[in-house]
Amino acid sequence: MSDAAAIDAEGIALKREHPARATIKRLLRHRLFMTGLVLFLIIAITAILAPWITDTDPNRLSMRNKFKPPGEGWVFGTDSFGRSLWSRVVWGAQLSMLIGASVVALNAVFGILIGAAAGYFRRIDNLLMRINDALMAFPAILLAIAVTSVLGPSTFNVILALGIVYIPRTARIVRSSVIVLREMEFVQAAVAAGAGHWRILTRHILPNAMAPVIVQLSFLFAFAVLSEATLSFLGVGAVPPTPTWGNIMAEGRDFMREAPWIITIPGIALMITVMGLNFLGDGLRDVLDPRLRIQQ
Amino acid sequence: MILVALRRLLSAIPVLFIVSLISFGLMRLIPGDPAASIAGPSATPAQIDQLRRDLGLDEPLLMQLLHYYQGLLQGDFGKSLLLGKGVLAATLERLPVTIGLSLYALVLTLLIGVTSGIIAALRQNTWVDQVAMMIAMLGISIPNFFLGLLMIIFFAVQLGWLPSGGYVPFSQDPIGWLRSTTMPAISLALLQAGLLARITRSGMLEVLRQDYVRTARAKGLPERQVILKHALANALIPIVTVIGIIISLLLSGAVVTEALFSLPGMGQLLTQAVLSRDYPMVQGGLLLVTTFLVVVNILVDILYAMIDPRVRYE
Repeated sequence: MSDAAAIDAEGIALKREHPARATIKRLLRHRLFMTGLVLFLIIAITAILAPWITDTDPNRLSMRNKFKPPGEGWVFGTDSFGRSLWSRVVWGAQLSMLIGASVVALNAVFGILIGAAAGYFRRIDNLLMRINDALMAFPAILLAIAVTSVLGPSTFNVILALGIVYIPRTARIVRSSVIVLREMEFVQAAVAAGAGHWRILTRHILPNAMAPVIVQLSFLFAFAVLSEATLSFLGVGAVPPTPTWGNIMAEGRDFMREAPWIITIPGIALMITVMGLNFLGDGLRDVLDPRLRIQQ
Repeated sequence: MILVALRRLLSAIPVLFIVSLISFGLMRLIPGDPAASIAGPSATPAQIDQLRRDLGLDEPLLMQLLHYYQGLLQGDFGKSLLLGKGVLAATLERLPVTIGLSLYALVLTLLIGVTSGIIAALRQNTWVDQVAMMIAMLGISIPNFFLGLLMIIFFAVQLGWLPSGGYVPFSQDPIGWLRSTTMPAISLALLQAGLLARITRSGMLEVLRQDYVRTARAKGLPERQVILKHALANALIPIVTVIGIIISLLLSGAVVTEALFSLPGMGQLLTQAVLSRDYPMVQGGLLLVTTFLVVVNILVDILYAMIDPRVRYE
């Protein structure tokens, strides 16, 4: 721990915390962030453990057992085909998490790339930002629906569509940070020292531009999960009988009177996920990016 | 003022151009042969050829693009395969339903969002504030189709108070219209209301700290007047800037809400077009909706410049 502590002139040890550790400490003390983290982890861990905590195949039909209410024998009840809702919702969690994480990854890579290019190289800025503006002009869900319908409904195409649709928002956030940072003295110093574009961007500019991106990506995760559910609810997402929350809820629509739990259980799971991620995002914003903070 | 409007209009031209290019490119993204894909697996080769010629897909790409823009400039947004009529006509027919629903939801959004935001700001850090912000967060996090489904289960299926779907035009029966659009409008409004409540609250808190509010209080104005006249007017400025975003969210949300409540609006038209592979309708409809949004955003910006003189001198 010698680098964390510094000795001043009088020889008194001054405890100096590493900035990353200080941030983590503040996050751990942030009540909203921790609530969000717990909610998100509940769903994420359930998703990871899916093969071990479900004993029936999510697509196994059992007409004898249809419309069993939640309770004895069936934790979450069964649907119109007698499929275990526990199994379907848990596997649905896995798919939601997978899609959310993939959309975030896809979005981060291209959003940062495009945003950094536009902010750093003024020459292509105008062109990139006009394309960006045009993509942002489309209502996000509608564009995603159109893209998936054209590519054909599948899990992969849903990821692709949602990834593309939200890239402009991330790119714009990265760009505006990069534009400010590029003019900073420490960047000018790096230029003067003869550093190349790549080094300046990856070592000096981008690490300092990450805070708002991380905040944006945690909200994006929520959007992605929500949009995926919306697409599959409308019938343009992953093809049934794939157990996605949207698919399960769409199937439950015809049996609202006799089996409302087919809708409420995946709906609550979806809500917990989105709320957890929104809390996480709010907490991250408070701690990482005080400029954007909603007044306390 | 006119300068702001002109500059804003000019900046929309490249955006609309790229939007139209993207819409054009979209149908060319269909893997394999688009004509065969649209015609479906049971179509004969002759039918596919016919469709290809009808859609102009047999021409070279550049000619297709040229014809596309020729059409657009004459107000021809393509022809729906399913309905057999122009995209523009089909859209205009369905538009009143969506506009009515969106306006209803917008009114609810503003009422709920602004009021609760102001109250939360005035009672900052009390239980009132915390409850209001909790509800706002809940509103943001609850998927609108889930909220819609819950309302159907509760108010339509269990209690039988409101119809679970169907549409009554306002001109025929205003009460019937209210009955058929109240649940959709609430489920549509809650997300935006939550967002707006948070924005209003933080805007209001920001303004309440300003010197001129202190001055207004110091000179002995009644609190009501300080809040309504001095604080609120300035706190409303950030709200105007997000109205464009709210309308975009409302239109996106309407797609799902209309499908859920079987309201015959734009959203339902587009979802049906997507499900029945009516690509010309999808392409044209998407372009129309987006153009509409671009125009709304221009109007919002102009409105913003009108209310806030600082913008004009930028």
